[in-house]
Amino acid sequence: MKDISLHLMDIAQNSIAAGADRITISMRILDEPERLMVEITDNGRGMDPEFLKEVADPFKTSRTTREVGLGIPLLKQSAEMASGDFSIESEPFKGTKVNASFEINHIDRIPLGDIAETAGLLIKANPNISWLIHFTSPDNEFIMDTDEIKRHLEGVPIEDNNVLEWIQNTINNGVQSVFGGVLDEVG
Amino acid sequence: MKSVEELKAIREKALKEMSIRDNEDKTRIIVGMATCGIAAGAKSVMSAFIDELEKRNIRNVSVSMTGCIGICRLEPVAEVLEANGEKTTYVKLDAEKARRIVAEHIVNQKPVTEFTVGAAER
Repeated sequence: MKDISLHLMDIAQNSIAAGADRITISMRILDEPERLMVEITDNGRGMDPEFLKEVADPFKTSRTTREVGLGIPLLKQSAEMASGDFSIESEPFKGTKVNASFEINHIDRIPLGDIAETAGLLIKANPNISWLIHFTSPDNEFIMDTDEIKRHLEGVPIEDNNVLEWIQNTINNGVQSVFGGVLDEVG
Repeated sequence: MKSVEELKAIREKALKEMSIRDNEDKTRIIVGMATCGIAAGAKSVMSAFIDELEKRNIRNVSVSMTGCIGICRLEPVAEVLEANGEKTTYVKLDAEKARRIVAEHIVNQKPVTEFTVGAAER
């Protein structure tokens, strides 16, 4: 995967396939060493410990499972390439948390990519899921909660293209204000 | 959330457009959004479909995503499902091809044969 937004799109598909109706995408900046941490949390059906053990192994998962596949090993690889860490926690019937970190200034760290596009498409295609998009840096924070948006829309569907455009612009502003000056590619 | 006012304006705009929307049966465009599709560029393909439909003010076509359609080597893949049950599978897509599919298949009702799975497999 060439950027983080593609990984997010991919990992979120696992949450959707697991029947989640609440998915949180969180990205935050950590200090010393300066890292970007990306976390996807869902309330889907989760995985038992046995399955969880195999999930980061591309040779096990790509063949024996249908709902996870290569996405997780690819994210793990992207994180480790940038001296980061990867972890996955899951509990049957409770949900799953996938966490990957990247050393910000590592030469092999993949860029953010178009996070707003990923989030917008996920929301549009899965309007019944409650999405929480959360960015944090030492100086700034951005939160988008689709339940709150829906309340303000008073019946206008969140998947409407006007709303989608607004969602993507708002998230782009969030990326700028939280990661601008922190991640080179944001400027 | 900061822009509640903005959102209200968006809501008004959406409502106006919804009231003039016709109730024709919907055509659906479904983009394969599994690991294979995403790695091959399915995200920008889906955005291009949405953007081109919006530009042309086409409101009776929905765009959604699905998992692996099963032909990973031909990703990005999208299916056009028409109200009459007709299904066309397009393969090896990119944003430009997606825009052409909207123009030729959706608007002019002539499937773009050269992008179909049938043409790719020949």
